Amino acid sequence: MSQSHRIPGKGLLIDRARPVRFTFDGRAHEGFAGDTLASALLANGTRLMGRSFKYHRPRGVMTAGSEEPSALMQIHEGAQQTPNVRATVQEIYEGLEARSQNHLGPLSFDLLAVNDWMAPFLSAGFYYKTFMWPRAFWEKLYEPAIRRAAGLGSLSGRHDEAVYEKAFAHCDLLVIGAGPAGLMAALVAARAGADVILADEEVRMGGRLLADGAEVDGQAGPDWAASVVAELASLPNVRLMTRTTVTGAYDDGTFGALERVSLHRAPGDAPRECFWRIVARRAILAAGALERPIAHPDNDRPGVMLASGLTGQMTRFGVNPGRVVIFSNNDSGLATARSLTAQGIEIAAYVDPRPIPVTEDFPVYAGAEVVGTRGRLGLRDVAVRHKGGISMIEARTLALAGGWNPTLHLTCHLNTRPQWDEKIAAFVPKPGAVPGLEVAGAARGRFSTAACLADGAQVAGEVLADLGLRAPDVPVPGAEDRPYGIAPLWAVDAGGRAWLDFANDVTTKDVKLAAQEGFRSVEHMKRYTTQGMAPDQGKTSNVAALAVLADATGQEIPVTGTTTYRPPFIPVSIAAMGAGGRAEGFAPRRLLTSDARSRAMGAPMIEAGLWSRPSYFPRDGETDWRTACDREVRQVREAVGVADVSTLGKIDVQGADAARFLDFVYTNTMSTLAPGKVRYGLMLREDGFVLDDGTCARLGPEHFLVTTTTAAAGLVMRHMDFVHQAFCGGWDVRMASVTESWAQFCIAGPKAGAVLAALGITADLPFMGCAPVTLGGVAGRLFRISFSGEQGYEIAVPTRYGAALFDRLVEAAHALDGCAYGMEALNVLRVEKGFITHAEIHGRVTADDVGLGKMVSGKKDCIGKAASQRPGLTEAGREQLVGLMPVNQGEVLSAGAHLYNERDPAVREHNQGYVTSVAPSPTLGCWLGLGFLKDGRARHGQVIRLDDGLRGRKVLVEVCDPVFFDPEGGRMRG
Amino acid sequence: MRIPCPCCGLRDRREFTYYGASVFLDRPAPDAGLEAWDEYLHLRDNPAGVTRDLWYHDPCQSWLEVERNTVTHEVLSTRPVVEARA
Amino acid sequence: MADLIATPAVTGLPLAIGRVTLTAFDPGPVTAIAPYPGRDLSAVLRFPAPGEVIEEGARRLIWAGREMAFLTGGPAPDLTGLAAVTDQSDGWVWVTLAGRDATAVLARLCPLDLRASAFPLGTSAKSVLQHLSVLLVRTAEDAFQIAAYRSMAGTLVHDLSAAMQAVAARAAL
Repeated sequence: MSQSHRIPGKGLLIDRARPVRFTFDGRAHEGFAGDTLASALLANGTRLMGRSFKYHRPRGVMTAGSEEPSALMQIHEGAQQTPNVRATVQEIYEGLEARSQNHLGPLSFDLLAVNDWMAPFLSAGFYYKTFMWPRAFWEKLYEPAIRRAAGLGSLSGRHDEAVYEKAFAHCDLLVIGAGPAGLMAALVAARAGADVILADEEVRMGGRLLADGAEVDGQAGPDWAASVVAELASLPNVRLMTRTTVTGAYDDGTFGALERVSLHRAPGDAPRECFWRIVARRAILAAGALERPIAHPDNDRPGVMLASGLTGQMTRFGVNPGRVVIFSNNDSGLATARSLTAQGIEIAAYVDPRPIPVTEDFPVYAGAEVVGTRGRLGLRDVAVRHKGGISMIEARTLALAGGWNPTLHLTCHLNTRPQWDEKIAAFVPKPGAVPGLEVAGAARGRFSTAACLADGAQVAGEVLADLGLRAPDVPVPGAEDRPYGIAPLWAVDAGGRAWLDFANDVTTKDVKLAAQEGFRSVEHMKRYTTQGMAPDQGKTSNVAALAVLADATGQEIPVTGTTTYRPPFIPVSIAAMGAGGRAEGFAPRRLLTSDARSRAMGAPMIEAGLWSRPSYFPRDGETDWRTACDREVRQVREAVGVADVSTLGKIDVQGADAARFLDFVYTNTMSTLAPGKVRYGLMLREDGFVLDDGTCARLGPEHFLVTTTTAAAGLVMRHMDFVHQAFCGGWDVRMASVTESWAQFCIAGPKAGAVLAALGITADLPFMGCAPVTLGGVAGRLFRISFSGEQGYEIAVPTRYGAALFDRLVEAAHALDGCAYGMEALNVLRVEKGFITHAEIHGRVTADDVGLGKMVSGKKDCIGKAASQRPGLTEAGREQLVGLMPVNQGEVLSAGAHLYNERDPAVREHNQGYVTSVAPSPTLGCWLGLGFLKDGRARHGQVIRLDDGLRGRKVLVEVCDPVFFDPEGGRMRG
Repeated sequence: MRIPCPCCGLRDRREFTYYGASVFLDRPAPDAGLEAWDEYLHLRDNPAGVTRDLWYHDPCQSWLEVERNTVTHEVLSTRPVVEARA
Repeated sequence: MADLIATPAVTGLPLAIGRVTLTAFDPGPVTAIAPYPGRDLSAVLRFPAPGEVIEEGARRLIWAGREMAFLTGGPAPDLTGLAAVTDQSDGWVWVTLAGRDATAVLARLCPLDLRASAFPLGTSAKSVLQHLSVLLVRTAEDAFQIAAYRSMAGTLVHDLSAAMQAVAARAAL
């Protein structure tokens, strides 16, 4: 049966010289290059392509485009297995594997088709009403069973490793749709010199000109389209985007668009899809119109199609539909019947409810309706009710031509509803619905080819005037201009089940039932029946459904209204929207200059913000972090350690008003700092809570260097920019981030001076001093500061020398029985000293809470000062920073645990505080904790309970000063 | 959404950081009293219509006051906070 | 102590993929100049307007943000009392993206309007490249110098090379 259903010589898009083999449900098939899955299967005589969502009815192809509700398939490409692929869109390629969806057993004998026999019980709302009780059964029994029976395809469960892309584009004019209106609009705008993007979702541009057999200026429609496309392609100011669907209209001329870059090829290096963000000064929506079916009994059999779907499959792919019955309520269906006859297709009957003349070359049933169909897995007979009674007419294809709905979805994306146009019995876009977006052609209800061409040219002319360009004189070519002549017929009244939404199995009965049960609002009806909620979003069915609802509720259609159209217009894969954001692309990775050496030393790297930092530096025989960490801490306390602290934010502040400015952003006073000195500083948010802490070095009379914590570097820069620009705009102060300009290393321990000496630096800096130094021929900076409680220095060199300096420092430290130390040891050292990090200054603590209340100077204003004096932030009972030590020395503490009085239950009402940081201290021989405790500073010496519900840990701890080690600070000053 | 940065021209909103209502520019005097400070810090209108708020253009580090319509999403004007305060 | 040896900001370059090359660019010393309010610098230099790049022989003054320009190709001038001057030579990694598809590659990552009418030859822009904050200088119709924070050099090259590969693979379809 290989391609037995092709019309010789027909098929604009297929290349008969290039056969393509693919499989459907495991069976080998052959089509031609250019075929879609749908057209290739139809050409092979296959009409049955899947089972319906709810009743498991046999289903075939309805359309020839992206609005397809029925022919959804699963494409197997390993990890990229893709469900719910529209067979009318997916092009075939050599080796493509497609499978039908939603059946148990073979497609032709679906065991779940039992649902169809039970249809009388499965009406809208059935699940809501039936599976109410017992309640516990829902999750375990009902829902899994329903999900198994109703549903579409499935995912592979693996990572989609294919390449997806996103991209940005900008233009003067975006033309959406390349049918007669879009092509004319693009041509006029392009000749005027505007930057034009013309996007069309098909492989070849031309829209309905490729399917209708219409002539333009005496040329065949496809030829005229090809000549316009060729001219556009030759112009440098035009970008043609085929296989690209504009999916959404957003604010300020921004549009989303999905391009099927290589879905027509076997997966390879090329992106599968590209999600475009197109920014256009103006846009023209020329997306045409979508044909709607007529709801009549059993209108869902394989072989029942839209007339536009039939002509599309025929003209583009040469599909032979066999004997055809056309059921139409307007002149476009009649034109189709004439055109098919002219092409040698047998029209078994033309059925039209209108009283039309019957002088055609085919049997015409005027004032008649289709009232049923027969054929188990595909259409065999059509039942036509006419004046003489009911005739059974044998046919292989039934084409429904229920009229046209303008494709106006994008005009509703900014929350505007369309307007009802009685003359064409359809919704049309509301003018000005999306600023900058005009609508042309069939998309605003101008259905004849001549009207589309003229409208495209006219709208383009208007838009060009807006853009300040002169419209060139482009003559509008002549074309058919037949009247539409629609007599609305939404549903045939003949009993039985008549489908509206083929994708979600919604029938006219369901909509009537919804109305009867009080779901009379269109939004309620939609949710009750699931009308329009399938992947196709009801493109072919929504308007008919609301017409049925209007009838059932006795309201007019305009009063009934539509549901809201929202982006995206077609399904968009998450992979395309998030393109580039996986794995390495998820977030930037910031590497230290010491990174390579740290890794070479075997240090496991951990993420700290965006930075990769060494966790610890294991030595031979050290099999866990704890052993290495304990050793590193001891070496710092007894000899010396070096650590990379370049991640701290550094902001260079200069100017005559720099000191004054810093007085305003810091709680304490920086203007009194002498050049060559460093001071610890605290910044508040304007609401009085601590923003950040760090050091501030005065490098010169008008030159400061502010350091921030690693986590808050960007935040503090933004904050200082705000304070400067909002409140100190005229001041002589300028800031620049120099975080990345300097590699900075900490040298800590009793032998820190010896390490400096080994580098050739004589360190006679006082504690909290800073000075320029030269080392290894490079100008650097030396700071005498300590985050470990030991004698400590931080040495900074231009970043390019960081790797070399780290090597020297490690060597010098090793020679002095010291070491490089990582984040774990750094944390232990600072907890032992009670130094805070963002674990403590987490956004809900005041300066006083962390014991730094005295740092808020009483002599000057600063950001956050007024608010920090609010009663709520100063009253007794606030949680204050304390140290915590286990009563039994061996017990482990954990951060995140809550604190309770010893005998209180672990419930919110008794909560006394919480633990923010813990560290195993080799220096003190036990775990240490920092935390916040109600009135904590007055409770030193008390024993309370640490309760970690997550880990099931209860530990008695003694409250103490947060500085566990060397509280006088003799070691770091010494 | 696109915001015109006075330095850089019309830019995609992904280049900006939002910071809340522009009344945050009207910092009370330190001794203005609790009520003034409470209002300044916490009380915000939530207009359906024209509003002014603060945005930071991260790439060029400009703080902007943006006048926009919360109903239509139209951006009406922008100016550097330095000028908004002047 | 023996002299410290400099490490380059970026490794693994040049890359040539499809019709685009990505090469490391060394701008030499980079000095950030931020004039104080109301100062006239014209006796020393002409300060660039937003987006402007002023070339005077080997010396370039690149607009690099609000009230800031980067000076390359020459020593830092004495601007005491007129402007804040900061050495930015080590803060950034610079690369050059060039070739017929350079604009297409950049359009994969950067929301900027890259049309020559909006981003002319010989101008600069601050924008974002995927997640990175960048300074861009258009040096030819199809060539851009890109500066990003130095620690993120690996991510810069990763993102650009991924876009280059995708553009090349698409062109080969």
